[in-house]
Amino acid sequence: MRSPAATTALRPFITDKLFLGLSLRDYLRSLATPGSLTAIGILAIGIPVIIYRFVYGLGAATNLTQANPWGIWIGIDVLSGVALAAGGYTLATTVYIFGMRDYHSVVRPALLTGFLGYFFVVVGLLVDLGRPWNLPVPMLFSFGTTSVMFEVAWCVALYTLVLFLEFSPALFEWLGLEKWRERAMKLLLPATILGVILSTLHQSSLGALFLMVPTKLHPLWYSPFIPIFFFISSIIAGLSMVIVESNLAHKYFPSRIEPGHAGDLDRITLGLSRAASVVLFAYFFLKLQGLADAGAWHLIGTAYGAWYLVEMLGFVLAPCLLFAWAARTSNPTLARWTAALTVAGIVVNRLNVSVIAMNWNAPEVYVPSVMEIITTLTIITMGILVYRFIVNRMPILRLLPQYPDTH
Amino acid sequence: MKLTRRTFFKVTGAAGAASVASAAAARPAGAAGVAATPGADMRAMLIDTTKCIGCRACEAACSEANALPEPTQAGDTAVFDRRRPTSVQALTVVNKYPATTTAPERYIKTQCMHCVEPACASACLARAIEKTPAGPVVYHGDRCLGCRYCLVSCPFDVPKFDYDSNAPFVHKCTFCGERQAKGLEPACSSVCPTGAITFGTRAALIEEARQRIYAPDSQYVRHVYGEREAGGTSFLYISDRPLEQLGLPGHVPAYAYSALTQGALGAVPFIMTLWPPLLMGLYTFSQRRNAAAHGDHHAGDAPRHEEDRHA
Repeated sequence: MRSPAATTALRPFITDKLFLGLSLRDYLRSLATPGSLTAIGILAIGIPVIIYRFVYGLGAATNLTQANPWGIWIGIDVLSGVALAAGGYTLATTVYIFGMRDYHSVVRPALLTGFLGYFFVVVGLLVDLGRPWNLPVPMLFSFGTTSVMFEVAWCVALYTLVLFLEFSPALFEWLGLEKWRERAMKLLLPATILGVILSTLHQSSLGALFLMVPTKLHPLWYSPFIPIFFFISSIIAGLSMVIVESNLAHKYFPSRIEPGHAGDLDRITLGLSRAASVVLFAYFFLKLQGLADAGAWHLIGTAYGAWYLVEMLGFVLAPCLLFAWAARTSNPTLARWTAALTVAGIVVNRLNVSVIAMNWNAPEVYVPSVMEIITTLTIITMGILVYRFIVNRMPILRLLPQYPDTH
Repeated sequence: MKLTRRTFFKVTGAAGAASVASAAAARPAGAAGVAATPGADMRAMLIDTTKCIGCRACEAACSEANALPEPTQAGDTAVFDRRRPTSVQALTVVNKYPATTTAPERYIKTQCMHCVEPACASACLARAIEKTPAGPVVYHGDRCLGCRYCLVSCPFDVPKFDYDSNAPFVHKCTFCGERQAKGLEPACSSVCPTGAITFGTRAALIEEARQRIYAPDSQYVRHVYGEREAGGTSFLYISDRPLEQLGLPGHVPAYAYSALTQGALGAVPFIMTLWPPLLMGLYTFSQRRNAAAHGDHHAGDAPRHEEDRHA
């Protein structure tokens, strides 16, 4: 058992907690893997690119124009990032509210992914904002209450804090801060409920942003129901992302997995697949209602219509059926690949709404610049590195023996 | 009234569905009924393209009033060879549309339309864009985050973002708010030599526009562009060619854009008040179910504190 003094002494903290019990030299050597070197390479290029963007402005770093003011930093880093981080509220609700304890072992990873997802969404947003230093203005001084963006800003800020709170027991267990952990545990249920409220609001509001572009967004994607589409698809994104993430964690961090849990994963994967299939089914028909409501059937025959069909059949209906088939035939491998397909489909949908089908009737076409792509890759890489750092140290995939009641 | 659990679920379920439906029914009804002219007393401009000769005096006056560089190719008609949008350094621009077999050559000045209920102002999360009661839609750079949602929202593609700056602002026509406050006319209309730009109140100018287009042997298209577009704009256009042919966007809906998001924003209080009781109900239900599954029949009667804290 740990002694209280160990947490206050600096040297054991560094070697035990940060260097995983290795000496500095051994620790650095342990990092020299192909994955780490790739990540360092991306950061070595990406961080100067981000600095370049702040020194010379958005025009120098991006292909954004007056006609296309939003690019992949909004479409991928923000819109897709928020949707794919929905696993936090989805799984927290399943386990803490619905009391489905079978899914306990994936809650902490889901909350961690959610928290890091939102944290790096905020990082991406700061890179995209022209005047990020004015962020306190709508939070403290000048409230644009008629703006959906105002709702998004407040909800994302609050929900990032809520996710930190939900994740914090693992942090306090790692640091051995018993009292703080107790306090955080008491707040879990209210935090989960607050998290569901905030997620319902801003996941839908990110879609509601596009209610303002009835003449600019292609009729196959523009719909008064777009807030509901975004909310429902965030549940799909959350479930699929938990499948992808937990399976990758089991593959790349086998030593961190609780011995008894390795077999659980397939059962959990199939359970989540069943849920994802049902929600995808509902989402598919909701989207059809949107199509009928817009009266846009005649546009199916156009090039945009073909692309719409790719999204609807390839990334919504196909995963729906594949998930159902995987659950029915108990095929976790198929479920894993289907989850990856669904995650890709969410990114496709968010890019369609914000970039590809946007300004569809304008002559100018937006293609992201190399620096935009590098920046997006850099932010994703930072997220993966922080995830790895935390999973290797804190009780995320495996619980500490002194907290048997955690799950 | 005794509130049973069944009733509770019925009520919360119905109310939840209703709030979602209200969010979905965000589509505005449009201008229904005979209402007073919106923004009747606000300052406005009437631009009559049949009177514009393309001298670009308005461009020069605008640049001077806003301390911007002199317009590109001043005095050179070659400037009309390609269509120019407004920009960070040119808040109003005159473009030429050549004659067709059925329609004469026309020049048209474009700038911010100063909507009565602007999309950009309702989209701004920091109130950096505001509609003033006098008419001008004004921009406060010190509040702006540079999110560019105003550019996305504007149906007329007016706001322009300074991509070349590392501390960028949004730029657009100010309707010479400062000049107006001093009792002066906006720069562009004050220099127009042909009377193509008329400055006045919105109601009076709509009246004036109607008189011109319905006059005997009028050649005008019978449409005052801006009377209804996006809920009404302070800049109004009339022409003898459809204004869609002169570069103004067609199919701009007749409702104010703020109506588009009202339903979604109106759902916020419903979600905030209905989710907690609904989720607490589900939580209690699941606790009892799990306790019953474990054969602990008293669990539902008294809260089990250790259990409640479970993560």
